Amino acid sequence: MEPVGISHFMTVGAIMFVCGVVCMATKRNALGVLMGIELVLNGANVNFVALSSDFLTTNPARGLGLDGQFIALFVIVLAAAEAAVALAITLNFYNNHSTVDVDRADELKG
Amino acid sequence: MNWHTFFFLLFALVACGFAVMVVLSSNIVRMALYLIFSLGATAGLFFLAGADFVGAMQLMIYVGGTLVLLVFGVMLTAQGPFVSMKTRGGDWILAALLSGSLLAFLVPAAFSIKEWTNAPPAAAEEHHAAAGRGRAEAKVRFALTSTPAENADAAADESSTAALPGMAAQPATATRLGMGLLGVRVDKLEGRSPELQRGMSGYLLPFEIVSVHLLVVLVGAAYLARSKRRATR
Amino acid sequence: MAEFFAQHMPEWLAYLLAALIHCALLIQVVAVGALVFIWLERKVAGRIQDRLGPTRVGGKFGWLQTLADGLKLITKEDLMPEGADGLLFRLAPYISFCASFCAYIALPFSDGWVAVQLNAGVFFILAVMGLEVFGVILAGYSSASKWSLFGGMREAAQVVSYEVPLGMCVVVPVLIAGTMDLVEIGRMQQGWFTNWLIFHDPFTFITFWVYFTCATASVNRAPFDLAEAESELVAGFHTEYSGLRWSFFFMAEYGSMFAVSGLAAILFFGGWNGPLPIADWLGLTHANHPVLGYLGNFLGMLNFVFKCCLWVTFMIWVRWTLPRLRIDQVMKTCLKYCTPIAAVMFLGAVAWTYLFPGGVTGLGTPYGDRYLVEVKAPAAEESPATEQAGPEEKTAARQPASRQPAVKRSAAGATVARADHQKMFAEGDR
Repeated sequence: MEPVGISHFMTVGAIMFVCGVVCMATKRNALGVLMGIELVLNGANVNFVALSSDFLTTNPARGLGLDGQFIALFVIVLAAAEAAVALAITLNFYNNHSTVDVDRADELKG
Repeated sequence: MNWHTFFFLLFALVACGFAVMVVLSSNIVRMALYLIFSLGATAGLFFLAGADFVGAMQLMIYVGGTLVLLVFGVMLTAQGPFVSMKTRGGDWILAALLSGSLLAFLVPAAFSIKEWTNAPPAAAEEHHAAAGRGRAEAKVRFALTSTPAENADAAADESSTAALPGMAAQPATATRLGMGLLGVRVDKLEGRSPELQRGMSGYLLPFEIVSVHLLVVLVGAAYLARSKRRATR
Repeated sequence: MAEFFAQHMPEWLAYLLAALIHCALLIQVVAVGALVFIWLERKVAGRIQDRLGPTRVGGKFGWLQTLADGLKLITKEDLMPEGADGLLFRLAPYISFCASFCAYIALPFSDGWVAVQLNAGVFFILAVMGLEVFGVILAGYSSASKWSLFGGMREAAQVVSYEVPLGMCVVVPVLIAGTMDLVEIGRMQQGWFTNWLIFHDPFTFITFWVYFTCATASVNRAPFDLAEAESELVAGFHTEYSGLRWSFFFMAEYGSMFAVSGLAAILFFGGWNGPLPIADWLGLTHANHPVLGYLGNFLGMLNFVFKCCLWVTFMIWVRWTLPRLRIDQVMKTCLKYCTPIAAVMFLGAVAWTYLFPGGVTGLGTPYGDRYLVEVKAPAAEESPATEQAGPEEKTAARQPASRQPAVKRSAAGATVARADHQKMFAEGDR
């Protein structure tokens, strides 16, 4: 069995990303959409960390190095911030409409 | 087949499997639980790739913070038995087409670059030998007993026989990460640009922006989600 | 340990064996710890309430009372409420217990005696202990009972809120030590008790008490145990749990108590280093003989466990002395008292290490300016000094008898690193 390289990590990242996109596209519960967003961001994080790793490649000097980990840190922090705001919006919507079904958020429909 | 590959397969299967179950499940609480497991396995993947600090941060902030927030939101927006909001069939087919095409594009792209697929066996075993208690000391010993000139040579040399892949670069300790966040890049002292060589470049400005951003988000979210009279049906 | 085994058997088996031995030893700590602490709690509670506590099972002091309790719990009927979500109900105790147990992965019991020596050890322990809240939430939700849901939500809110001042309190000794590696922090505090970080400056002293308050709240011990109080919410989130499932929650709670006490012991009280350097007086160091070094480490481990038990006993004492806080009082304590005090202590500790880098009284070694950046000095003439300073710094740090050379070497390493930084900044002026 060949040793694990960046490509395998990127495959995992791709699968998580795609699952997140499908979640965002198909879920009717607003919190389900939010979970899709988290999956998307994590897929991207897996890619960043894999590219910055010293152990997964023969030539780590050409990798991202610490930059990849910095970017992953910022993504984590910003994802937390964005999840907080999205949840606040969802709660506000729930307080006004008593439901979190996104299909019912059509007041602006022309 | 060594432990590194075994644990990678384990964490990868858990992460991807639970991500798929998030998509397929219709009970919102179960979806949150599957997401917790998926992100926890992602943290395991980060630890496997050598990013200890990012892995711990993922566990603390993402799993222990963001997902707790999400679960609280789930509990607060569910009155009585959960209304099952199922997706229509047409949406599923469209999503499957979209996702399939995206996956079919991303996975071959991941395997297309030769450098990314080749990790020699020595790297995995050296990773093993360096793991555990001796790891920090091995890295320190290596980093201290080689000059930057040697490091630069090893880096520039494509077929580097001197250093094993895990040891050619300098370890990503929390100290280096912290210094980088403060604007001092001690890991790129032999970099190309003169700013990096002075150690002056880094993530100080984004760090400050993110700090203020978090404050703004706190205030905004607290204001947005304040309790008001619930709308009557 | 794995490298030791790898000499005699294939590598994969060596790692598996080492991991299993680590896990077995740590499970013993948690399980036997829970056993002992439950007995201790009943005895201490009895004495505070002017009675004796268990005195019948297993002799005069009731040693085997917990064993009898355990037998009773195992033989109880395994119930599940009718409307409960089966998977989540069964899963919740294990999530709590796993989160509590995983904190022991990075907790060193003696010099080098740690399952995995992580560079970000402190951070890892805090992160993993923060995952315990999921077991609580899931238990509260899946029990299909109002008591459980309210108790679970309150407890989760409390634990998550107290993570903030807990993190800030933990950052203070990390700041002084310069590293998040728990083994390094422990090694720094060897020698006399004046080296302990709690006596480093008054801000750290106060920080310890704030840390202890936040840790007590974080493991939901009285006076912060509103969520599981019998007089308030029947039993909170574990109302519907009985028998072995309930005992898992209990083991998670006592495991967390021991883990936060262990963290306090290492960060503030020197970990395995005693108040007096007895191991060095007796000559039990690695420099003399590996076996003697092992014995010295064993003595250190006993010291560490004793300190953990001390702080667990203190938590038990506080539980049976103080009245319970209401939930609004709990949140007020966190947001209005603990967090601002922790922030001010952090500022104070920063100012102290900046103004008095060498320590004030001359007791102990100057850890304020210890740099752990493994930067190689670019100048060639400084490289021999750094070469010697590097590997020897680690071995020298284990020998407090050679206090002065260790100071010189670490100072040399510090000056090299500092010169390096100055060089980096100076080049910018050219």
